[in-house]
Amino acid sequence: MSAAERTVSIPAILIHWTPAIASGFLINLGISMLAMALTTLLGTLLGVGAFARHAWLRHACAGYTHFFQNAPWLVILFYCMLLLPFRLHLGVLALPLPDWLKAVFGITLGALANMAEIVRAALRSIPSGQWESSDAMAFTRTQTLWLIALPQCVRRMLPAWVNLYALVVISTPLCAVVGVHEGMSAVADMLAFHDRPGLLLPAYAYLLTIFFVCCYPIARGAQRLERALHSGDSLVDR
Amino acid sequence: MLIANFTEVRYREEADPAPSHPFIQCRDVRKSFGTQPVLNGISMEIRKSEVVCIIGPSGSGKSTLLRCFNGLVPVDSGEVFVDRQPVHAKTTDLRMLRRRIGMVFQQYNLFPHRTVLQNVMMAPIHVLGQPRGAVEQRARELIRKVRLSGKENSYPSQLSGGQQQRVAIARSLAMNPDAMLFDEVTAALDPETVGEVLVTIRELAASGMTCVLVTHEMAFAREVADQVYFTDAGLIVESGPPDQLFSCPRDARTRAFLERVL
Repeated sequence: MSAAERTVSIPAILIHWTPAIASGFLINLGISMLAMALTTLLGTLLGVGAFARHAWLRHACAGYTHFFQNAPWLVILFYCMLLLPFRLHLGVLALPLPDWLKAVFGITLGALANMAEIVRAALRSIPSGQWESSDAMAFTRTQTLWLIALPQCVRRMLPAWVNLYALVVISTPLCAVVGVHEGMSAVADMLAFHDRPGLLLPAYAYLLTIFFVCCYPIARGAQRLERALHSGDSLVDR
Repeated sequence: MLIANFTEVRYREEADPAPSHPFIQCRDVRKSFGTQPVLNGISMEIRKSEVVCIIGPSGSGKSTLLRCFNGLVPVDSGEVFVDRQPVHAKTTDLRMLRRRIGMVFQQYNLFPHRTVLQNVMMAPIHVLGQPRGAVEQRARELIRKVRLSGKENSYPSQLSGGQQQRVAIARSLAMNPDAMLFDEVTAALDPETVGEVLVTIRELAASGMTCVLVTHEMAFAREVADQVYFTDAGLIVESGPPDQLFSCPRDARTRAFLERVL
């Protein structure tokens, strides 16, 4: 490191490092979006499973939810890294499973238990008259869930869903611990490459700021949504 | 004119004119919720095209009895038959049976995320598997018959209670039921809107639809019913034609109830 480099201000250095840190942060965002998409899909199925007519299916869904809701995401991530193969063989197809994809699966496994709880709670909040009238009109349980109950749940679930997404985003730095190159690792790489251990605190504070700028509007949005939905809007369920 | 319109939309009456057996029959039906007995041995018969009103004090088991007719509430003992089919037998396909019995609830229970038209169309499309075009045409006709033309694209929350209840009636009629169950359908309505719902039910009853009404509208029951049942403490205390039951009730409990409400 040259003397000239030493004299450059900290903000200037961080701005100089921004493309590298941002590219790492984009991996965080990518992982969070993919994980949230999978979480929404599978968590909805899991939450709906809690209302299945078959007791074994209800118990299986509840068992998964209770177990993974109380499991640390980092431990789940480690399991995914260690247990999932590098390549998935599907007949003649050999699909590579890069670390970032394993991280997506790990975060999804943890988050979808929370999603299932959100769906289950929203379904529980549907007035009993809706289920009763659906039964009286001879809808099947599946039809009642997918055509009548779940569409009414969307608005009810939205604030909690947005909160869960914010939680997923801020949990993605865990992936650095299991070797995924994302925002945290990008900062570590820049500190090591430029040999600037003295910038450790400002560099990570810079990354924190990036996360804050990304997640705060999401959290605020969730709060505003929640307020709007509880403000007595008569069209709330539409 | 409207009476004739309701008749047009029914088809099963013509296929099975005036059968000799009761359409709905209860034999010694008993039901408890926990340790609280609600029905203590109800037996009654309702024939096709008959209009039956069930009256009685709150908590006397009227709504529970109505729900036993379409299997929404399972019975503890006794039997309910709909068109000779045992409702509570394990072999009975309740969904098939419920297609034949419409039910309208006190709280309307419309689907709030669907428009009026969609509410009326949903069951025929998804339960009966009828083609969307034909269902929509019939749904619009039914909405017109309950005097809600122009409200097809409104959401339930944009309608008054009376309008919502009429949509609920149209929604049940869209399934072409053989009988309609009305569970205190005017109880949640303000006095101004009660009338518009009663007009719809009156037309339906006059069209020959088998109707069973749990109601607190005594004047209406007296006007439309062929038979009135007075229930108290889970038992049928007295039944008979409305003129007889309202004018000269035999049982002291009936007299006391009528004195309170009339």
